[in-house]
Amino acid sequence: MIAIPNDVALNLIIFFLATFLGIELVRHVSRLLHTPLMALTNAISSVSIVAALIVLSDPKNDLVLLLVTVAIALVFTNIVSGFLITERILRLFRKRKDKK
Amino acid sequence: MSQLFEYLYVIAIAFFAISIRGLSEVRTSRYGNWLAAAGMTVAIGATLTAYAIQRIDLLVIAVVVGAIVGAPIALRVPMTAVPQRTAVSHAFGSLAVALIGTAEYYQRLPGIDVYTMTVLTAEMILGYLTFMGSCIAFAKLQGLIPGKPFVYGGRNFVSLSVLGVAIILGIYLIANPTQSFILPIMAVFAILFGLLLVMAIGGADMPTVIAILNSYAGMSAAALGFVLNNQVLIVAGALDGSSGFILALIMSKAMNRSFTNVLFGGVGAVVAAPVAGSATAAGRTAAAYTVDDVATILDNARSVVFVPGYGMAVAQAQHVVKEIADMLEAKGIDVKYGIHPVAGRMPGHMNVLLAEAQVPYDQLWEMDRINPLFPETDVVIVVGANDVTNPAARTRPDSPLFGMPILNVDKAKTVVFVKRSMSPGFAGVENELFYLPNTMMVFGDAKKVLADLVASLKKQ
Repeated sequence: MIAIPNDVALNLIIFFLATFLGIELVRHVSRLLHTPLMALTNAISSVSIVAALIVLSDPKNDLVLLLVTVAIALVFTNIVSGFLITERILRLFRKRKDKK
Repeated sequence: MSQLFEYLYVIAIAFFAISIRGLSEVRTSRYGNWLAAAGMTVAIGATLTAYAIQRIDLLVIAVVVGAIVGAPIALRVPMTAVPQRTAVSHAFGSLAVALIGTAEYYQRLPGIDVYTMTVLTAEMILGYLTFMGSCIAFAKLQGLIPGKPFVYGGRNFVSLSVLGVAIILGIYLIANPTQSFILPIMAVFAILFGLLLVMAIGGADMPTVIAILNSYAGMSAAALGFVLNNQVLIVAGALDGSSGFILALIMSKAMNRSFTNVLFGGVGAVVAAPVAGSATAAGRTAAAYTVDDVATILDNARSVVFVPGYGMAVAQAQHVVKEIADMLEAKGIDVKYGIHPVAGRMPGHMNVLLAEAQVPYDQLWEMDRINPLFPETDVVIVVGANDVTNPAARTRPDSPLFGMPILNVDKAKTVVFVKRSMSPGFAGVENELFYLPNTMMVFGDAKKVLADLVASLKKQ
């Protein structure tokens, strides 16, 4: 038998619940905002930087160090540009000014 | 016992979920974005307090590079190029996740168990193929390579064989984790599959493709969370993955096509072109009009609907559209915009461009809401859209477009169709609309035609 760590079932539950939550949340997102939605969720998934930071706390060799450093640069680019461009796009949407 | 940083992760997760909720309304959307940014800060801060970083120098360099590259991208990119920016961010995100997975493999090398190795392998294949797929999507959107699908006989067999090789190598690696020379070869095959996959997809299918790549990038991040037993990553990845999935579903539904058809159908290729068009074109002529004719029609109109498409983005015509709308509104004419879900090159593309031109968002009407209004609309002005207005989708079962939900502009009293030439749309099908008696064709570059229209309206 393959040894499967105890956390896997728990993590699967978390994964499925988060997927259903995501589907429900996105269903209710205004159709006007699908472009910023994509920018925002992309920025959110950049939380993978956390994984890189954990590896960086105890890198085994230089190859690992190199891979993780490049990954952090890439993912931090996404964090910065993701939130900034979402803000920039959302600021464009405005209500009709009351006329007359 | 859970540690402090794990509780902080809970806060980050809550912030991420609530932030997407914020996008349900324009009014709360910006708070949503800030909340997500706060969640990110909490997650990073919590990790830094819990783990002592060994090489702060490298971290600082990486972060500075990221900020220097990221900020100008976000602040300078014109709104017409947002689809390209999105493709780049998918490429960066998925490559980063693939690299972290690779690093994790080397980190754990000798004593790596089968479960971890399986998830890691799946994660790396998905990550590397999404990376290359997104790069090709970027190149197509940016016009670096032709947007036309690259198709040849047996291409699906070749693509799937390449993926098959990557998977077989992956299985071998799972069985023999210490054979690390396999990993780069596997990565190359995954990358090659990503390349072949997106090369075969045409420009107008990009909204679906971008959404699918979005979903893949999220899924690979979630897979990494499984390897590391890190729940923030699982939740964030699942949110991103499901969001991309839903968007892809909406897009393919709006084209009446399945995912498989988008990914492997090669629509828009020369092969798809024949029959339907040639028969209808025979013996019929489309009537060409001048902008002065249009101005006269508009002068008597009481309601006008603009239907924008990718051509408006290419011509950067959104500002002049708004200028015309302002002139019409000043005359007391009701102005709306009818937005098809797949208009443009990514979900919501047209909304962003029109918002940039300061069109108030309550004038942007989605397909299901605007369609019942067309019979009472005096003038529809189609700018840069084509297939999404083709009545053949409703009336001609032999048309490749048949069954696709369209904007029923043909039901309006008059349709003004601004177009460069009579060339067919992406699907290679001629637009029946051109030959209808209530259609006025105005030929020329969208921006130029509309600027002339502004001048003509001013004369009146």
